[in-house]
Amino acid sequence: MLTIKVLGSGCANCKKLEAVARQVTEQMGVQAEIIKVTEYPDIMAYNIMSTPGLVINEKVVSFGRIPSPAEITTWLANALEKT
Amino acid sequence: MPMENATATPAENKLPTDTRAFVIVALSAIAWFALYNVIQPFANWLSYGLLALPKDSHLGQSLAFFFYDVPKIILLLGGMIFLITMLRSFFSAEQTRAWLGGKREGAGNVMAAALGIITPFCSCSAVPLFIGFVESGIPLGVTFSFLISAPVVNEVALVMLFGMFGWKVAGLYLVSGLTIAIVAGVVIGRLKLERYVEDFVWQIKVGKGANLPDQPTWTQRFQVAWDSAKEIVGKVWLYVIVGIAIGAGIHGYVPESALAGILGKQAWWSVPAAVLLGVPLYSNAAGVIPIVHALMEKGAALGTVLAFMMAVVGLSLPEMVILRRVLKPQLIAVFIGVVAFAIIITGYLFNLVF
Repeated sequence: MLTIKVLGSGCANCKKLEAVARQVTEQMGVQAEIIKVTEYPDIMAYNIMSTPGLVINEKVVSFGRIPSPAEITTWLANALEKT
Repeated sequence: MPMENATATPAENKLPTDTRAFVIVALSAIAWFALYNVIQPFANWLSYGLLALPKDSHLGQSLAFFFYDVPKIILLLGGMIFLITMLRSFFSAEQTRAWLGGKREGAGNVMAAALGIITPFCSCSAVPLFIGFVESGIPLGVTFSFLISAPVVNEVALVMLFGMFGWKVAGLYLVSGLTIAIVAGVVIGRLKLERYVEDFVWQIKVGKGANLPDQPTWTQRFQVAWDSAKEIVGKVWLYVIVGIAIGAGIHGYVPESALAGILGKQAWWSVPAAVLLGVPLYSNAAGVIPIVHALMEKGAALGTVLAFMMAVVGLSLPEMVILRRVLKPQLIAVFIGVVAFAIIITGYLFNLVF
């Protein structure tokens, strides 16, 4: 079970990133919980300033942009290996 | 541009993929230049040839102007936004924060204003950015220099000014935007307004460890630049067309120097009036510039026009609403007041000099 967090106050890009993350997990068929982190103090705890940010199992994998599905697939596969 | 399957390739494939992206970009650049050079003959042919309008008629002049300006501005916007985004892909908010850390007021304000232009920054990141800057010890005034220059020097406005007025006016706009950001930041810093930052900001614990984004590949840079050019052109093209249509109407029908009395140098109140008028007009910068261009031909003064421009892009209501999350109303008021005042002074200065 993976925990995926989307960091962002709810702007258009954050919603897009959440949709991409959801689509990738469904395609890969992995069990993942997708959590939206919208409160600024919680976002800042990951030490990023540019949103949207993507966190997989508490590790920040990208921020300030919307990564491609291929990138997210790689990160999820890496995270699965470690668990 | 078929680049979407080229992202996130394994390292061993990086070189050939990047080469492919370079070839596509080079071909697009050639096509861009070819297109750019046929616009004028095409517009003339369309208005005076195909539509057979006499060259000295109001309608003919207005239409030729319209058919020339619309494709020119849209091509310019697409090409320049691509280049600007490319350049910005070498910067990041996190990197900027690291550079500004430990800088004092003065030099820090100058650097922050310059970085405000070149750092990729969307207004929805304004709050985390503000918190991140302030928490890492960057002075409030320096943070404001960044927050002011980012919107005041607006890339769409810059490209439009370049396309319609030439590089001198675009350069003036850039330099005065920077100056306003530096001066306003220094003033806000001197006023010691830290107590008007919302209290929760000071209590946030920013995670430790420097988080810098990975350097993207060239293919990714091109992809981001292409996406942003597409997005911005998609967002503003209608405003450009409507703005240029109105501008073309003014160009063909309003008599010379009709506006000198209202918007000329002699009318002292025109600069503050332009600023007041500009504030609620946010997001229509693309449509406003062509109208303003036509107004200038009819006698409006450059300073008045630039002040209007900067008020339109720099003092936007949506950004104030976002910043209200971290700033108390008093500080928002000071922020608006100082920036508006600086814009008005700049407007007068230009009217004085030119």
